Amino acid sequence: MKFINYLEKITGVDVYALSSFSIFFTFFIVMCIWAYKADQKTMDAINQIPLNN
Amino acid sequence: MQLETFYYDNKTVKMFAYATMLWGIVGMLVGLLAAVQIYLPAANFGLPITTFGRIRPLHTNAVIFAFVGNGIFMGVYYSLQRLCKARMFNDTLSKIHFWGWQIIIVAAAVTLLAGYTTGKEYAELEWPIDIAITLVWIFFGINMFGTILKRRESHLYVAIWFYIATWVTVAMLHIVNSFEIPFSLFKSYSWYAGVQDALVQWWYGHNAVAFFLTTPYLGIMYYFLPKAANRPVYSYRLSIIHFWALIFIYIWAGPHHLLYTALPDWAQSLGVVFSIMLIAPSWGGMLNGLFTLRGAWDKVREDPILKFMVVAITCYGMATLEGPLLSLKSVNAISHFTDWTIAHVHVGALGWNGFLTFGILYWLIPRMFNTPLYSKRLATNHFWIGTIGIILYAVPMYWAGFEQAMMWKQFTEDGTLKFQFLETVTHIIPLYVVRSIGGLLYLIGALVMIYNLIKTIRSGSFVANEAAEAAPLPATFETHGKQYWHRWIEARPIQMLILSLVAVAIGGILELIPTFLIKSNIPTIASVKPYTPLELQGRDIYIREGCYTCHSQMVRPFRDEVARYGEYSKAGEFIYDHPFQWGSKRTGPDLARIGGKYPDSWHYNHMLEPQSMSPGSIMPSYPWLLDDAIDTAITPAKIRAMQTLGVPYPRGYDQMANKDLMQQANKIAKSLQAEKIETDSGKEIIALIAYLQRVGTDIKMMPQTGASNK
Repeated sequence: MKFINYLEKITGVDVYALSSFSIFFTFFIVMCIWAYKADQKTMDAINQIPLNN
Repeated sequence: MQLETFYYDNKTVKMFAYATMLWGIVGMLVGLLAAVQIYLPAANFGLPITTFGRIRPLHTNAVIFAFVGNGIFMGVYYSLQRLCKARMFNDTLSKIHFWGWQIIIVAAAVTLLAGYTTGKEYAELEWPIDIAITLVWIFFGINMFGTILKRRESHLYVAIWFYIATWVTVAMLHIVNSFEIPFSLFKSYSWYAGVQDALVQWWYGHNAVAFFLTTPYLGIMYYFLPKAANRPVYSYRLSIIHFWALIFIYIWAGPHHLLYTALPDWAQSLGVVFSIMLIAPSWGGMLNGLFTLRGAWDKVREDPILKFMVVAITCYGMATLEGPLLSLKSVNAISHFTDWTIAHVHVGALGWNGFLTFGILYWLIPRMFNTPLYSKRLATNHFWIGTIGIILYAVPMYWAGFEQAMMWKQFTEDGTLKFQFLETVTHIIPLYVVRSIGGLLYLIGALVMIYNLIKTIRSGSFVANEAAEAAPLPATFETHGKQYWHRWIEARPIQMLILSLVAVAIGGILELIPTFLIKSNIPTIASVKPYTPLELQGRDIYIREGCYTCHSQMVRPFRDEVARYGEYSKAGEFIYDHPFQWGSKRTGPDLARIGGKYPDSWHYNHMLEPQSMSPGSIMPSYPWLLDDAIDTAITPAKIRAMQTLGVPYPRGYDQMANKDLMQQANKIAKSLQAEKIETDSGKEIIALIAYLQRVGTDIKMMPQTGASNK
């Protein structure tokens, strides 16, 4: 119940920041590659969905 | 393939649209009252329920959760059905969702005015309402996913992605931030304390902006903007990048609300870095919206709906550029705690959320009532009144914020502060007056819209169930060209839900856990002790009256703040603060070192009539604190709740607490008597004085405030 101080200290808290950044960065790159390679016709078809109803 | 005939449910959309209009007006009216109260203390009317500290949370909650909340549901219920080519999953769930949300809003309004508040901004509602929100949100989720699962369209359009991410993230934020220990039917203490509470709260608070005011509205933009402009979104690829980058980055940015506070430095830096990165997806989204209108700007000149949308998207772009800039430490040092923040959020609220909502209402109502808009001219007038309103609101607040911050920081040649705090307030009062005129104009514009829409509704006939035809979902997903490998996620809502949750949870977990688990992050200070029962009662009164809406309790490590208030705040000072009360705005001075600064009698007179102690003060008076008795029956329950949370009161102290409480109260009553103030020691003012005299004094008990960091 007590959310007060379980570990005495942490060595290298930068690990948290670095790992979070690398997770994001990898994901972002993969997604950009995908968006770039995605098929144009499919993109256009999806893009028309709001206008088709 | 055989076409199926089905009917879209417009009735629920209509009800949400009406609720949006109603609560919009209520929220804006309450906001206007709060704006006037700031320069006219008499407008607090001397009553608890009309005092700024309760009005301000009512305004923020009404505008965010009632106005924008209903606006979200209106947009989602309309667009989701059409994007899925299916009626909403279940009409009863739609009804429960609608009425459940309205009951929550009414309950929120009543309890906030009655002083039931958790004291955490935008999460002020108490635990029974928190549970009700969770339930209604789950009903909404079932209804939404049910619709998505029974859809007749194989692809999930990007708007639906935004809806899914909104749903899952709001659920996570609400649940994590609402952990609290109830000690009575309507009251609770935050599970977290001090720095941890602050981090969770601003992780929540920032993402309430991100995932309640932004992502659902982006989804709505991606549907209604193409509809209104009658052309597809500029780049669908960009919208995909916009989506993933935005939800991945937004979740990290919360700590930028806590720069220069006692939050560990690494967490502050993390918040800054991700905030700067946010510019990219936000502007990607804004440009995608504006470029959608390329070649159609002649339409914008004619069509008030597009006018509203263009300004809304522009305001989105401005607010999302300004946000990251405000998260830079050097800018934040000036802007934080001032009206600059108020200007910033209102560019978002009035411009982005308000104007997009208005545009959609103007588009939606005539369609559902199968009639043209009553008056295009009135709508255009609304647009201009509203735009001038936003400018008259925002510009004076930017000015006021900058000017006040500069005055706070000025020293004389002798090295003393040049201005008293009160001087910096009275100096910007004319700007407050102009701000309220801007707000009034904006409200008038909204009323013009309501008149226009009522006229439209009267001249049309409502289509409750709109017929549509579509082929059922094919067994294999449609492709329109070569196969592409991302398609497996494109059409899979459940996987989308899980991936969105993973994206936002990674941010939440990596950011929160270190602060929770590591002792070195919260250096302990031996002289910091739990509050006495009387101080605890006083603290609860402080929270009830919403003192945190105008007073911070966080001295930042700046020369002027240390000179003005005293030693800067340390993380270890707040370990018993359930909830933390750092505040976010200094309409009044910081109170982190108020303890012992003035005699008891000063506080007594000041609460009765602030102007008698500091002439020209804009603080409301709190006469009822002098008459109302402290609720001592609840003291044992409060002590027990605190013990559960780890506050080291001795075992069995709950039964002895009231004895200590009375002892301390009698002492304060005596000190008041010495100053010729006769009062019963059982009154609330005594508890409040006890608390105020305690705040920030613990570290003075010790010559060293060193951290046990090693």
